[in-house]
Amino acid sequence: MATTTLAKAVNAALRAALEDDPKVVLMGEDIGRLGGVFRVTDGLQKDFGDHRVKDTPLAESGIVGTAIGLALRGYRPVVEIQFDGFVFPAYDQIVTQLAKMRARSGGRIALPVVIRIPYGGGIGAVEHHSESPEALFAHVAGLRVVSPSNAADAYTMLRQAVAGDDPVIYLEPKRRYYDKGEVDPAASPHPLHSARVIRLGRDATVLAYGPTVRTALEAAAVAEEEGTSVEVVDLRSVSPVDFDTVEASVRRTGRLVVVHEAPVFFGTGAEIAAHVTERCFDRLEAPVLRVGGFHMPYPPARTEHAYLPDLDRILDAVERVLAY
Amino acid sequence: MVQLLTPHGERVHHPDYDIEPTPGELREMYRRMALTRRVDAEGVTLQRQGELGLWPSSLGQEAAQVGSGLALRADDHVFPSYRDHGVALARQVDPLHIFRLFRGVSHGGWDPAEKNFHLYTLVIGSQVLHATGYAMGVADDDADSAVVVYFGDGATSQGDVSEAFNFAAVYDAPVVFFCQNNQWAISQGVERQSKVPIHRRAAGFGLHGVRVDGNDVLACLAVTRAAVERARQGREATLVEAFTYRMGAHTTSDDPTRYRQSAELTQWARKDPIARLEKYLLNHGWADADFVAGVGEEGDRLAQHIKESVRTMPDPDLTEFFDLTYAGEHRQVTEEREWFKEYEASFVEGS
Repeated sequence: MATTTLAKAVNAALRAALEDDPKVVLMGEDIGRLGGVFRVTDGLQKDFGDHRVKDTPLAESGIVGTAIGLALRGYRPVVEIQFDGFVFPAYDQIVTQLAKMRARSGGRIALPVVIRIPYGGGIGAVEHHSESPEALFAHVAGLRVVSPSNAADAYTMLRQAVAGDDPVIYLEPKRRYYDKGEVDPAASPHPLHSARVIRLGRDATVLAYGPTVRTALEAAAVAEEEGTSVEVVDLRSVSPVDFDTVEASVRRTGRLVVVHEAPVFFGTGAEIAAHVTERCFDRLEAPVLRVGGFHMPYPPARTEHAYLPDLDRILDAVERVLAY
Repeated sequence: MVQLLTPHGERVHHPDYDIEPTPGELREMYRRMALTRRVDAEGVTLQRQGELGLWPSSLGQEAAQVGSGLALRADDHVFPSYRDHGVALARQVDPLHIFRLFRGVSHGGWDPAEKNFHLYTLVIGSQVLHATGYAMGVADDDADSAVVVYFGDGATSQGDVSEAFNFAAVYDAPVVFFCQNNQWAISQGVERQSKVPIHRRAAGFGLHGVRVDGNDVLACLAVTRAAVERARQGREATLVEAFTYRMGAHTTSDDPTRYRQSAELTQWARKDPIARLEKYLLNHGWADADFVAGVGEEGDRLAQHIKESVRTMPDPDLTEFFDLTYAGEHRQVTEEREWFKEYEASFVEGS
């Protein structure tokens, strides 16, 4: 058990994966000599060599396309895309090839490729460095999409993603890279695609994942001071979604607010609202509300405090579901 | 342009790419090309009869496909595009796999490891990166296998193909880029895809480039054999431009009379790959009319087998496809599969 940052937990998980399985290789732009622009892969090329930690040409489609080829050869590539907004040159290879090749083969081949993407806003970045593309991947059959919210999950979920035989989009909440938490590599992990109730409450459920989980917990603490008991669920996995855990929470509280940074329009929250409505319509005391980004390109950094779902916007939504 | 057999069936020599196949090997090349043509013709026919949804014809490209395919060892890995029926036959892939795809009962469905022949890839140029990554893995394994990837002149316009050229060069990947320049990407001539001859692009990437007569099976075999050998030796990857011609339509959905002249077909028909090898074999007494007729009969039997098999291929049940998407369980897939099964069963029970 050690206290470490989320970024260092990712590093530790990559190191352990490289140590455990000689077929694991890392690929990405500037991940070797530099250690990545966020230093997440710091020291790994030095210790494992440039065949296992590959600094690639600056071409995202090329990185993912060759990772597919390496996977077909029996390797387990873990790819880093430098920033969320840089994944789209590789989107065709991910959606058209990586996600579909197993089905194309009649289930005969596996493509154990993990694509790590630092995602989300809140770091004062320029355009294309603050996006949340999870719904664009969750909509594609053949991909798994997960996002840890804390250091412990960052470690265990990445180990599980690398060990699995399906492609995984692993979204790292970059503004939480330096949040610290306890990481115990020996602890028995929760299943990769399970959601977790991380705070019990009676009056309403707030569901979040990745960078908004901390915000949701902060909102719940403030609500408690105001006499409202908020349950918080960390979704952890966007594809598949653990609706059993979500449903059980909603059945306890009768109200649901879904929070994510991505635009709410056609987003993860919409899918969750639809499922929850189908599963426990009889128990809902209010419509499911969504708190998230607006239907605009991610705005310039000086405005992102207003764009991102914050504590006040979450509390506002909690008040509105309670007002029904 | 490397040529070892003229359109008139005369043997010529090239200082860098000379091979002397035995008469038996020559007959086998002829046989594979003739079978490819027969299988391809059956594909067109079955589509016209409504048995297939689509068929992309390989007519005219038999030498490029069979010659290059026969240059490989069993452990070499092939990444085809979707018109490479001759390569499939050269690798002894069951042609019924390809017919299942174009009938619409599978998206391919064969095991790429069985003959080291990857699935057909329909999105243009994507497989060129897969082949390059596979070859990077071969190099990391310190293996001496080679990887050959097939694509067309149109694919050279795709960014993925340029990225693959670059990755192969900077990682010294043992890959052969085999471009069949069949002069047409659906309706657009090669001049719309590339300002310079395709093989000359190699130099800018640090690849070895060579243009070969794609209707000359001997030259295609020799050039590919040399390229594969370069790959095994860890020398720079090769871009082969096989200069050939798509005698048929792009696919059975296409109408080439809207964009090309019949005179062009007449001109290319004189360069037919099978006719020139047949002349060469007959002139030297390495084959006779009985041999030619025998290959024709073998082709007819194969076509008959394909026709009967295709017509009786059962339609798969949609239920099977739920389980092909993921290797592990996915809750939403499981829920949808179970719902669908119950829904279907509700009709069977008549309840």
